[in-house]
Amino acid sequence: MTTIHSGLKRGVSALGKPRRVTYVVLTIFVLGSLFPFYWSFLVASRDSGMLTERVPPFLPGGNFFANAARVFDTVPFWKALANSLIVSGTVTLTTVLFSALAGFAFAKLRFRGRNGLFVFIVITLAVPTQLGIIPLFMAMSEFGWAGGLQSVIVPNLVTAFGVFWMRQYTLDAVPYELIEAARVDGCSMIRIFWNVCLPAVRPAAAILAMFTFMTSWNDFLWPLVVLDAGNPTVQLALEKLQSGYYVDYSLVLAGTTLATIPILIVFLLLGRQIVAGIMQGAVKG
Amino acid sequence: MTVVDKIVPDEEKAGARTPPRPTLRHRLSRWDVKVSPYLYIAPFFVVFGIVGLFPLLYTAYVSLFSWEAGDDDPSFIGLDNFKELFADTQFWNALENTVSIFLLSSVPQLIIAVLLAALLSARIRGATGWRVGVLLPYAASLVALGIIFANLFGPKYGLVNGLLQTIGLDPVDWQAGRFSSHVAIAIMVNWRWTGYNALIVLAAMQAIPKELHEAALIDGAGTARRFFSVTLPLLKPTLIFVTITSTIGGLQIFTEPKLFDAMPGSNNGGSSNQFQTVTLYLYQTAFENYELGYASAIAWVLFVIIVLIALVNFFLTGRLTAVKKK
Repeated sequence: MTTIHSGLKRGVSALGKPRRVTYVVLTIFVLGSLFPFYWSFLVASRDSGMLTERVPPFLPGGNFFANAARVFDTVPFWKALANSLIVSGTVTLTTVLFSALAGFAFAKLRFRGRNGLFVFIVITLAVPTQLGIIPLFMAMSEFGWAGGLQSVIVPNLVTAFGVFWMRQYTLDAVPYELIEAARVDGCSMIRIFWNVCLPAVRPAAAILAMFTFMTSWNDFLWPLVVLDAGNPTVQLALEKLQSGYYVDYSLVLAGTTLATIPILIVFLLLGRQIVAGIMQGAVKG
Repeated sequence: MTVVDKIVPDEEKAGARTPPRPTLRHRLSRWDVKVSPYLYIAPFFVVFGIVGLFPLLYTAYVSLFSWEAGDDDPSFIGLDNFKELFADTQFWNALENTVSIFLLSSVPQLIIAVLLAALLSARIRGATGWRVGVLLPYAASLVALGIIFANLFGPKYGLVNGLLQTIGLDPVDWQAGRFSSHVAIAIMVNWRWTGYNALIVLAAMQAIPKELHEAALIDGAGTARRFFSVTLPLLKPTLIFVTITSTIGGLQIFTEPKLFDAMPGSNNGGSSNQFQTVTLYLYQTAFENYELGYASAIAWVLFVIIVLIALVNFFLTGRLTAVKKK
C-alpha cells in the first residue's frame, strides 16, 4: 500500500510525460461519462416534446421542478427514499460491524480452523448466490416477511467481500504488541476489538461503508422480487415510473435525476476516497 | 496471565463475578480467548448459510419438482425439468443472448480500460480529478442507466438515431434487431464499468517497480515496447481478476435488458426475446409464470455454467499469458 500512496503522490508513470493528446482523449472520455447524466437532466428540465425535435436543444429548460413534483405525485417517492435510506443505512452499519469483527478474528486471533474457514470465505466470493432467489423468496413468504423491509435487509447483513476486505486491512493496521498490551491490562476480547482494533481500521471501514451503501442503494433484482409496488425502494419506484404503457420521459428522467443527485454529490465530495478504495482493493485483492 | 490492577476491569464482566477471585477471572479470560473468535466470525457464516448456501442447494431440490407458486403438494418429477430445459429453444436463445452481450461488453471494455489506465498513469495534472471523472458512470444505478439508455437508443426520437440521421446514415431500430439490441446493451454495460476497471488496472500499473521501466529504457525500449513487454505481462493477475469478476456479473445480467425493453415492465426481452438473458428468463419463469420448479432448473444450470466459465477463464488467461512470455 505504501508503494501505491507514494506512487500517487509522485505521479510516477509507466509511460512518462503526458502529451497534449492524453488530455484531449481524457477530456473526451470524461465528457462521455458525464453526458448521459446531463441528457437525463436536460429532458427532465423540459417537456417530452423536445424529444421529437430533430436537433434537440442543448440547454436546460425551466420545467425541472414541475416534473420533479409530478414524480412525487405519480409514485410514492418519499416513501421510496425513506425505505432506501433505512435499508441501505442498516445494511451498511451491520456489514461494517460484522466484517470488522470477523476481519479482526481472522487477522489477529488464533483459533482452530482459521485458515480453512478464511479460504472458504474467499471461495464464496465467486459463488453467484443471487441465483438462490427462488427458495429465498419461498422462505420469505413462509415467514410472512415478503413485502417488508426486513426481507431486503436480512440477506445483506454481512458480505464475504466485507470480511475479506477488513481482514486484509487489519493484518497491517493493528500491531500485535498493542493487542498484547491490552491483554496484559486485563482487557476482554471485545474491548480490545472496540478500543484497539476499530480505531485503527477506521479508514478501511469508511471505504467499505461507502461501497456497501451504494451497492445496497442500487440493488434491484431481489427488491423487485420480494417487495411490492406500495412499499418500494428508490430503484423500484424508478422502474414503476417507466412501466406505464405511455412513457413520459420528462417525468421518468426527472425521477432518475432525483435518484442520482444524492449519489453524485457523494461522489464529488468523497471522490478521492472512492478512487483510493477501488485502487487499494485491486492491489489487496 | 498477570493482572495489572491499575486498569479497571470492564463493566460487563464485573457483574458476572461478584467476588473477584483470580481463578475465576483466569478461567473467564481463557474462555474469552477461546470462544470470542468463533463468535466474531459467526455472523457471516450464519447469514451465508441461511441466505446463500441453503437457498442455492434448495434450488437443486426444487428443480426436481413440478412446483407452482403456492403449491401445497408439488409432484416429484425427477430430472424432467432439465430434460425440458435442454429442449427449450427459449432457454438456448437466452443463453446465446447472454454470452453475446457478455462478449460484446467485456472484450472492448477490457481493452479500453487498459488503454485508459495507461493514459491515467502518465504524469498528468489534476490526477485525482481525472480519476473521479472517469469513475462518474459508476454513480448511476443500473435502473437509472437502463432508463437513460433506453431513451438515448429510442427507435423514433432517440438521440443516437438523430445523430445517425444528421450524418446521413439510416436510423437503427435498436430494440428490434437481435445484434443491434445486444450492441446497445453492451454499450450501457461498458459505459458504467470501463472507468471502474481502468482504476483497478491503473493500481496494478503503479505497483510495477519503476526500476523495470528504467532498465527497459536503458536497453532502448520505446514507449510502446515497454507497454507490451513490461507493463502488460505484469498486469496478468489483475486482468484475470477483472475478467473473472466481470464474467460472474456479466452472465447474470438482468437489470439492463429488463429496462431496455420498448414495452416497459415486460420480461420478454424484446418482442421475439431477441435480448432476453438467462436471468431475465429465470425471473419471468419464476415470478411472472410462477413455475418455480422449472425456474430452479434454469437457476441451477446457470450456476454450473458460471462456475465452469470462471474456471475456464482462469486457466485460459493463465495459458495465454504464459505463451506470450516465451
